[in-house]
Amino acid sequence: MTTQNLTISAPPSPLQEFWHYFSQNRGAVIGLYYVCLIIFLVIFADLVAPHPPYEQYRDALLTPPVWADGGSWRFILGTDDVGRDILSRLIHGARLSMLAGAMVVTLSLTLGIILGLVAGYYRGIVETIIMRVADVMLAVPGLLLAIAIVAILGPNLINASMAIVIVSMPHYIRLTRASTIGELNKDYVVSSRVAGAGALRIMFITVLPNCMAPLIVQATLGFSNAILDMAALGFVGLGAQAPYPEWGSMLANARQFVQSAWWVVTFPGVMILSTVLAFNLMGDGLRDALDPKLKQ
Amino acid sequence: MSLLEVENLSVAFGSETNPFKAVDKISYRVEAGQVLGIVGESGSGKSVSSLAIMGLVDYPGRVSASSLKFDGQDLESLSEKQRRDITGRDIAMIFQEPMSSLNPCFTVGDQIMEALAVHQGGSKKERKAKTIELLQQVGIPAPETRLSAYPHQLSGGMSQRVMIAMAIACDPKLLIADEPSTALDVTIQAQIIDLLLDLQREKNMGLVLITHDLALVAEAAHQVAVMYAGQIVETGTASEIFSTPQHPYTQALLRSLPEYSLGEKRLQALGGVVPGAHDRPNGCLLNPRCPYATDQCRSNEPDLIGTSDRAVKCFYPLNAEGRPAA
Amino acid sequence: MSYILEAKDLKKHYEVSQGFLKPKATVKALDGVSFRIDAGKTLAVVGESGCGKSTLAKLLTMIETPTEGSLSFEGHDLLAPERAKELRQKIQIIFQNPYGSLNPRKKVGTILEEPLVINSQLSKDERKERALAMLAKVGLKTEHYNRYPHMFSGGQRQRIAIARGLMMQPSIVIADEPVSALDVSVQAQVLNLMMDLQDEFNLSYIFISHDLSVVEHIADEVMVMYLGKVVEYGSKEDIFANPQHPYTRALLSSTPRINPEHRIERIRLKGELPSPLDPPTGCAFNSRCQFAQDRCRTETPDLMDGVVACHGVEEGRLDYLQATQVATSAQPVEA
Repeated sequence: MTTQNLTISAPPSPLQEFWHYFSQNRGAVIGLYYVCLIIFLVIFADLVAPHPPYEQYRDALLTPPVWADGGSWRFILGTDDVGRDILSRLIHGARLSMLAGAMVVTLSLTLGIILGLVAGYYRGIVETIIMRVADVMLAVPGLLLAIAIVAILGPNLINASMAIVIVSMPHYIRLTRASTIGELNKDYVVSSRVAGAGALRIMFITVLPNCMAPLIVQATLGFSNAILDMAALGFVGLGAQAPYPEWGSMLANARQFVQSAWWVVTFPGVMILSTVLAFNLMGDGLRDALDPKLKQ
Repeated sequence: MSLLEVENLSVAFGSETNPFKAVDKISYRVEAGQVLGIVGESGSGKSVSSLAIMGLVDYPGRVSASSLKFDGQDLESLSEKQRRDITGRDIAMIFQEPMSSLNPCFTVGDQIMEALAVHQGGSKKERKAKTIELLQQVGIPAPETRLSAYPHQLSGGMSQRVMIAMAIACDPKLLIADEPSTALDVTIQAQIIDLLLDLQREKNMGLVLITHDLALVAEAAHQVAVMYAGQIVETGTASEIFSTPQHPYTQALLRSLPEYSLGEKRLQALGGVVPGAHDRPNGCLLNPRCPYATDQCRSNEPDLIGTSDRAVKCFYPLNAEGRPAA
Repeated sequence: MSYILEAKDLKKHYEVSQGFLKPKATVKALDGVSFRIDAGKTLAVVGESGCGKSTLAKLLTMIETPTEGSLSFEGHDLLAPERAKELRQKIQIIFQNPYGSLNPRKKVGTILEEPLVINSQLSKDERKERALAMLAKVGLKTEHYNRYPHMFSGGQRQRIAIARGLMMQPSIVIADEPVSALDVSVQAQVLNLMMDLQDEFNLSYIFISHDLSVVEHIADEVMVMYLGKVVEYGSKEDIFANPQHPYTRALLSSTPRINPEHRIERIRLKGELPSPLDPPTGCAFNSRCQFAQDRCRTETPDLMDGVVACHGVEEGRLDYLQATQVATSAQPVEA
């Protein structure tokens, strides 16, 4: 008696399955497209931007955007008080924001995962030490720490990022530790142990892939936090220094023009808002797609 | 008039054009004071069908039936509120996992008193007294001390007894028990089943016992319905089904039990697996696995033939020797 | 003659904190378990929650070390650390829950090859060859090598778990309720597979189960446990035909049977399984036993002749026993 094989094609791969759930959330997909656009701008900024970001056009100071009186297609979003094209500066500024975000997330994620895995696996005194240090880091207000570090080491993007890494790490440590403790009790980990796996293999190869879902979601939100923090630091003058076209510094410079030249203030603000929003929407969609309990 | 009459009940999920029929036109009856055992493996639809009767199948499931009558009343024509009045009071249900069926944030006493409050009312003192009486009925020692216990403080057997107490609180006419003892140890399992059967006899309730354990149904049920992939394939009394099964699936199930192959080396296993949502075959659903399948079975779906007490869904039902009719 | 696995008086005690400033309580998860098993045979361990069977599984696979007692494999001491890693490969385990015992993020091929990666120096191709061969042995197909566990049914996953357990060519497989979570028809398929593999590789099984009908089919010897101790031990035929201990009888009578002729009169046990944190004094079963007397409440019975631990049996006062009591064909274990 033969059994008919009635399945025609292989079941969907995890990536296909993930996309199926992710694409059901329209906001998340829009966020994803926007982020892809930003990444495109980051890579091709030199080609896409109409003008170099540092070039000052003395004949066109504070030009309004193209649709207002006095605007022209030469400067689509207008110029600032020293004649630099705002659109080009925004496009180049994306590089700085994304770079800051990527650096912060990568570092805090890596360090957070390592510490969280070690804390969850070894428990006991090791866990206590790591978690209390994480608690201390959580208790420190991020921006103030950044100001302190930057005041000591000097204001630039790298130093400011270090501060943000320190204050974002505890979230990843906590998440990883909690997931690790949950997964370590499961049968498949015991199977690996019985097969002879050592601590490193169990932590990084067996358990870690099963903890990634909440970490990925947190990382996306961490990205948007990093962008906001960078912008805040730039606003108080402690992030990237002039003439870097960082969005926050652009905002700071433009404070004086809120009433007289609204476009100098508005567009950097809108960029920050929209990028952060896109990342948050994407993070929401990721959480829904990666959380097995929400699946039908 | 039967206590529960189900005719052509279907529950479908998924798209309208290509629905997944978790339950496919099943019909059965339960009389007062009778135990109906619904037997099936996973994917047979046995749990979903009872959830449908209780009105607990939410969107995106779609429930339809030619007739769904409880105690003479047409359940489908009732309003939401009327339906809710009946479920919990006249029809009660207990589930498999007592640890997750009880709310972990409330004490045992609170949960039973809530059931009483919703359906019977009465002052707090009256409900408390009734709760203690119920806990005694289900065999929990020193019930007064247990009122303030939280579910996690009780063992599996105790939690299941609390569930049963909640279910019988309002003297239901029909009790549906969905795998009530599967998650429990063997000796506790026996206690719980004995308790259910004692209560059923005392109160002359109808009892629907849903389980995958054939031997349990053989010992406890009067009438049995065997389900496969959403359909009822055979009905009959317990002794009829287990001594002279007419459907090849029932026969295969019985033969794959270790009890059947005592003294032999290998068990008689039925090859293949239960069809899932995407690989339902044409014709009779069992045909890929059935040792007696013919071309007729592969192209047409058999009807359920027989009386309301003894029926089988097969073109070639097995005779008394266990061979298909020619 | 040396048995393939021999355990003597295994004990495992856990210290459990009772709260701040309170003294720690001792949970005696295993309290003196001895058994021995031959190559190619199946020893069934039967018991309910709290009897210590999971702890036993952990000790035998050396995930944890016993508080007391000895464990030897083919005459070699398993607890001596020098040869532990090498001997460990000879004892593997299959779990109950097919949905939790496979790493959801790894492909089946990776799962099967993991023991080889850790313990051997085989090349990538050699490993793949072995994995595919094992897949075929358990009745799965080549295309399943690249799939993830969630794409399989419960029965198929259990086959994968069995395949993984056999990758290191063990001599002993601890099967912790391997078919309890499976449907009846799938159960039969998996049990047949396990028995075929046992014949082919001359495996010994330590088969932990609460389902006595499965045990009756597959076991050669049966060990009944209650609250960390062995209450009865014997060949399958003896235990099922002539159960002596009241708990064994209660277990057998609680197991539902299809054929009315196979049923024995139901012994209704009172009460719940006691918690290992607060065991009864004397014989652990006295709180639920209908034959309990004063001696049972004060004195713990020994495993007489390695067969049954019960004062009532020793005193000959249990009415269901025939004239021939203790003289059975069971192999006695040295106390």
